[in-house]
Amino acid sequence: MSLDRSQVENIAMLARIGVAESEIENYTKSLNSILDLVDQLQAVDTTGVEPLANPLDATQRLRADVVTEVNQREKFQKVAPKTEAGLYLVPRVVE
Amino acid sequence: MTNKTLAEIAKGLADGEYSSVEITQAYLDKIKAKDGEINSYITVTEELALQQAKAADERRAAGQADLLTGVPIAHKDIFCTEGVRTSCGSKMLDNFEAPYNATVVEKLNAAGTVTLGKTNLDEFAMGSSTESSFYGATKNPFDLSRVPGGSSGGSAAAVAADLAPGSTGTDTGGSIRQPAAFCGITGIKPTYGRVSRWGMIAYGSSLDQGGPMTKTAEDAALMLNVMAGFDKRDSTSVDVEVPDYTTALGNSIKGLKIGLPKEYFGEGLDPRIAEVVQNAVKELEKQGAIVKEISLPRTHLAIPAYYIIAPAEASTNLSRYDGVRYGYRCENPEDVMDLFLRTRAEGFGMEVKRRIMVGTYALSAGYYDAYYNKAQQLRRLIKDDFVAALNDVDVIMGPATPNLPWVAGEKDADPVSMYLEDLYTIAVNLAGLPGMSIPAGMVDGLPVGLQVIGNYFDEARLLNIGHQFQLATDWHTKTPA
Amino acid sequence: MEWEIVIGLEIHVQLSTDTKIFSGTSTAFGQAPNTQASAICLAMPGVLPVFNEKALFKAVQFGLAIDAEIGKTSRFDRKNYFYPDSPKGYQITQMDYPIVGLGEVEIVMDDGSTRKIGVTRAHLEEDAGKSLHEDFEGMSGIDLNRAGTPLLEIVSEPDLRSAKEAVAYLKKMHSIITYIGVSDGNMAEGSMRCDANVSVRPKGQKEFGTRTEIKNVNSFRFVEKAINYEVQRHIDIIEDGGEIVQETRLYDSELDETRSMRSKEVANDYRYFPEPDLLPVVIDDEYIEAARKSLPELPDAKRDRFMSEHGLSEYDATVLSSGRAIADYYEAVVAGCKEPKLAANWVMGDLSAQMNKFNVEFENCPVPAEQLALMIARITDETISGRQAKTVFECLWNQEGEVDAIIEAKGLKQVSDTGAIEAIIDEVIANNPGQVEQYRGGKDKLFGFFVGQTMKASKGQANPAVVNELLKKKLDA
Repeated sequence: MSLDRSQVENIAMLARIGVAESEIENYTKSLNSILDLVDQLQAVDTTGVEPLANPLDATQRLRADVVTEVNQREKFQKVAPKTEAGLYLVPRVVE
Repeated sequence: MTNKTLAEIAKGLADGEYSSVEITQAYLDKIKAKDGEINSYITVTEELALQQAKAADERRAAGQADLLTGVPIAHKDIFCTEGVRTSCGSKMLDNFEAPYNATVVEKLNAAGTVTLGKTNLDEFAMGSSTESSFYGATKNPFDLSRVPGGSSGGSAAAVAADLAPGSTGTDTGGSIRQPAAFCGITGIKPTYGRVSRWGMIAYGSSLDQGGPMTKTAEDAALMLNVMAGFDKRDSTSVDVEVPDYTTALGNSIKGLKIGLPKEYFGEGLDPRIAEVVQNAVKELEKQGAIVKEISLPRTHLAIPAYYIIAPAEASTNLSRYDGVRYGYRCENPEDVMDLFLRTRAEGFGMEVKRRIMVGTYALSAGYYDAYYNKAQQLRRLIKDDFVAALNDVDVIMGPATPNLPWVAGEKDADPVSMYLEDLYTIAVNLAGLPGMSIPAGMVDGLPVGLQVIGNYFDEARLLNIGHQFQLATDWHTKTPA
Repeated sequence: MEWEIVIGLEIHVQLSTDTKIFSGTSTAFGQAPNTQASAICLAMPGVLPVFNEKALFKAVQFGLAIDAEIGKTSRFDRKNYFYPDSPKGYQITQMDYPIVGLGEVEIVMDDGSTRKIGVTRAHLEEDAGKSLHEDFEGMSGIDLNRAGTPLLEIVSEPDLRSAKEAVAYLKKMHSIITYIGVSDGNMAEGSMRCDANVSVRPKGQKEFGTRTEIKNVNSFRFVEKAINYEVQRHIDIIEDGGEIVQETRLYDSELDETRSMRSKEVANDYRYFPEPDLLPVVIDDEYIEAARKSLPELPDAKRDRFMSEHGLSEYDATVLSSGRAIADYYEAVVAGCKEPKLAANWVMGDLSAQMNKFNVEFENCPVPAEQLALMIARITDETISGRQAKTVFECLWNQEGEVDAIIEAKGLKQVSDTGAIEAIIDEVIANNPGQVEQYRGGKDKLFGFFVGQTMKASKGQANPAVVNELLKKKLDA
């Protein structure tokens, strides 16, 4: 499978990575060379093989419903780009 | 004073030959003197180190010292360290002082180790050369024109250059073993789930695993004793008892069954490395090990499977870097879309953006089955190959890398050429097995690593083999000129 | 043309747990912004999720309550999308392997007819934060207190055929979840939110029409109005020769209309894949049986029991089993007075009327059930008459004290003593010789006049039954 410019633009948009017009060519080239590499998989017959998501095939442990976290707003918001009145500020969200 | 192993330092401290403050200061001085050219550290935590060293000395005076109390180490800058910049080698987190410690850091702190600083890495651990860091490339101490490997290249170079006697590292596709091999040190990637991932910044969640990087297998055992263990904050952490890894170090390896996969000695391998590895295996045979040729027929499929799974997981693991709650934010965003697009365009480097985009594509509608699902199916087949092989032999051995450390900048133009360098290490992560690289020889003044792959939770055996090999050889003592 | 309406509902229910679904962060409502946002809620680098056992248990309880298949192996997936109130850039949800599979519920319409409505699935997921649009120098503020709150998303089959059915279904779900206590169902606080998928098709046509999704309609009343508005909009467009655009719309309750949500127009590709930080959730039969045993009696079973054991009509039984609070209240009254029918009449009659008038929920009923029971007992033991009971009830509602004290204070005791009543009757007969003459001459209607006079003379305290009996005896003698 090979990507064209507009597909690369779509992918960048989905990933929310701003890409300048001048960079698209380069991305298209390098993404296609990576896809060439991974496309080797297509030749392998994997019919009936259960995908392996966790190498140990382990199952989920459960956590007791007990409060363990305390309020650390001040500490957390010290590393925030912009806050006011305890809120994280972002450009106006339109709905 | 700084050419010692962790075990030697621990002994020196216990014997009162020097204090933690003294040994820590010696490393800090050496870092100041030498790291300018190697660039193994992103952040040197001088003040914190001396504070911790002082506390360690007091703890020792109070008779409460553990084995590693007062021993200085470094942390890969992928582990969160409270109040200390945790950058992951990225502009995105250049201003991020973690508000908490990773479990690994917490455990090592509790054992009384001293944090010298945070070591350099490929941005978000995506790379095999430590060239993609926002903080500049790390150099290989054995040849400053060459790469130290990656992504834990800063950790490996620091240990090789005696800028730290040991360091934490992480390994998603070879990121502990390959730089260990390139820098002539010992590095072990434990079984997936053995070491907690809490506070370890995620790249490929189902592949990432932390481990120690040290001069010797004995040191690795000492560090892993502290690092390993169940953590209820990590759902993928495994509740299996942690043995004392030092206990088995002295065992004889007589009767050990070693499998050599024929696929690890085929096309693409530098014949000089093949020779080094064969000599190392001969040494183990001398000690009574039995060698057998085996086959891992899907070895060639590991790289394609990995370069779908890892970028796919990474593409969403890195979605949280959006400029809203912490980290880099672009200037004067016009609206939310602009905030996201520019923050991520400006905050991430090229390789990270590339992998995010590959992963995004692999998961997107219409391609999921052909890519992600297919790769996870391959992953099971690759694991099955290992499991079958390990029914027959105790460990699998081969080269850690197909080639010697390359010249910096050589692979800039073609990222795929760098991906291929992970040929022997990547499958181990897909299967979740433990793997170790130990120095096994030199070619043209550059170190070569022997990789030892074990069964699940068989780290003690790997370290035992490493230790026995290091008792009989001196490759692990070779230092850069 | 005659149109058939097709509706499917997606209901988001906030599970009542003390902590969030993937972290030990409190879920208490109404706290200061971001004071209940831990490192995990904030998606700080390196943090990891661990699954809350209570959320799992409640989801399984719900599944059993609607007789659904329970996913013995369920799995979490990442749903990827960027939004400022979605801190990780993905939501952890369940895509291919939900905890609850196919189930169904029965709804009862006003005319007493019933319908089975299919439930496609119910899955666990985490809630997002909130964007606040007050003006912060032209910016929005993000509060992540709600981020990570456990939600159960209940998806119905497109089985609903009118806005009224949709409301009946929603009410039924509300009753089930509050009955079994998996959620407080508080719609005002957002504990229960509803999205409606609406389409229309010519009657008899098999294929569905193009649907639109109405987001976040958060009261029973608005669900009905929003659907009705949307249905009419569809019909108008189609009849004008237009085409419905598949889109997400927002209901504006002030204008009573739906409008397109432009921000959602960018085509989304959620890139679902198994969440690698969480493992498959596996439960066994023992776990499911424990959940089943923990369930209280469900509304339908309760309704049937009210009919068979209490002898109530289907309508009364349905109303009284429609919510946990009203059912518990009613049962407490019955326990105190052993008079199910009277209890049903009072609870559904005077009490419900007052509650509606003052907009009070049964959880906060000012009349204690045992007092209402006692009042009914005082009617049956003839201490007070039904009419006097109305006065007692009013006092109870106004919290003027306990039943016996009220009866005493208001002098409401009913006189059943035949001697005393006879004396009054004798006086009434003596004072009204003309009417007695006429009555005895055949004017039967005048009997009421004598009852009235006797009651008046007894200041309303005479037992009407005794009065009737004695009057008959005396006048007809």
